[in-house]
Amino acid sequence: MKCGIVVFPGSNCDHDCYHILKHVLNQETHWLWHKDEVNLESFDLVVLPGGFSYGDYLRAGAIARFSPIINSIISFAKKGGKVLGICNGFQVLLECGLLPGALIQNQSRKFICKNVFVNIDNPDTSFTQGCGENRVLEIPIAHHQGSYYIDPYSLTELEENGQIIFRYCDKSGNVSAESNPNGSVGSVAGVANKQKNIMGMMPHPERCADPLLSKTDGQIIFQSLISNS
Amino acid sequence: MLAQIHVTFKEGVLDPQGKTVHHALNDLGYEEVLDVNIGKYLEIKLDSASKEEAEIRVREMCEQLLANTVIESFRFTLVPTD
Repeated sequence: MKCGIVVFPGSNCDHDCYHILKHVLNQETHWLWHKDEVNLESFDLVVLPGGFSYGDYLRAGAIARFSPIINSIISFAKKGGKVLGICNGFQVLLECGLLPGALIQNQSRKFICKNVFVNIDNPDTSFTQGCGENRVLEIPIAHHQGSYYIDPYSLTELEENGQIIFRYCDKSGNVSAESNPNGSVGSVAGVANKQKNIMGMMPHPERCADPLLSKTDGQIIFQSLISNS
Repeated sequence: MLAQIHVTFKEGVLDPQGKTVHHALNDLGYEEVLDVNIGKYLEIKLDSASKEEAEIRVREMCEQLLANTVIESFRFTLVPTD
C-alpha cells in the first residue's frame, strides 16, 4: 500500500503515523507537505494526522483546510481514494466539507488524554473490516475540541447510511452517557462519507499500533486498509 | 471602513463555556441571567470602495473562513473610520 502523510505547520502525530505505516507495517510511505499540490493518483491512502495545524487559530482545522494539498486530497477522494483523518486531521476534513458535522469544545471544557473504548458501529468498511469478531477497540484520545456535533436530522441520516464508524462505549461495548468522554452527539467517535472512502476519527490508532507499546488495537484499522488496497 | 463581526454558536449547539459562566453569574446572585452564549468578536479594517462592496466581501469572508456555518452564525456592522 502506498501511503502519504500530510504535514501541516503544527502537525505533531505525523511521525507516529509514518512510523507505524513504514516501520511497523512495512508499507511504502511518503511525506506530503501542505504547501504542495501533488498528483496523488498512485497513492492508496492519505492520512491527515493529529496535532495543532496553524495553532488551532480561529477553529481547529479552519486555516489548514485552505492549504494547497487539500485540493489534491479532494480530487483524490472524489475518485475513491482512501483518506483517514485522525483528531486534528478529522477536524480538517470537517472544515473542508469532505465529512459532515463539526467538532466543538469538550463538554467538560478540559483537554482529555486517556484510553477509551470505541464500539465499531459499521464493521463493513475498508477501515474496519479487519476487526473480525472484535467489536470493541481500546484507543487513546487526546483532544480539547472533540465533541462531535451534527443536527438531529442529519445524525439519523448518518445512522441510516452506516456512516457512523465508531461510538464511544464501555469495556463491554455499551454506549451510554457515562462512556461518552466529551459530549459528542450520539457518542460519535468516527464518521465516514457516504461512499466510505473517507473516514475521520478523534481517537488515535497510531498511538496503539506498535507492539513495543502494550496496546495494539489501532493496528486493526491500518491492517484493514492494507488488506483492502 | 471597519467591520465589527460577531460569531456565535447556533441555537441547539452545546456551549460549555457559556453554560459555566451562566452558572457562575447565578451563583453570584444574578438570578435574572437566563442564558449565556459566548462567541468571538473580530474587527477587520477594510479598504473598500463602498459600503455595498464591503457588505458583500465581509459576508463572503464570514461564510468562507470566519464562521463554521454548521455550528455558528455571524452578524456584522460596518463603521466608517474617517
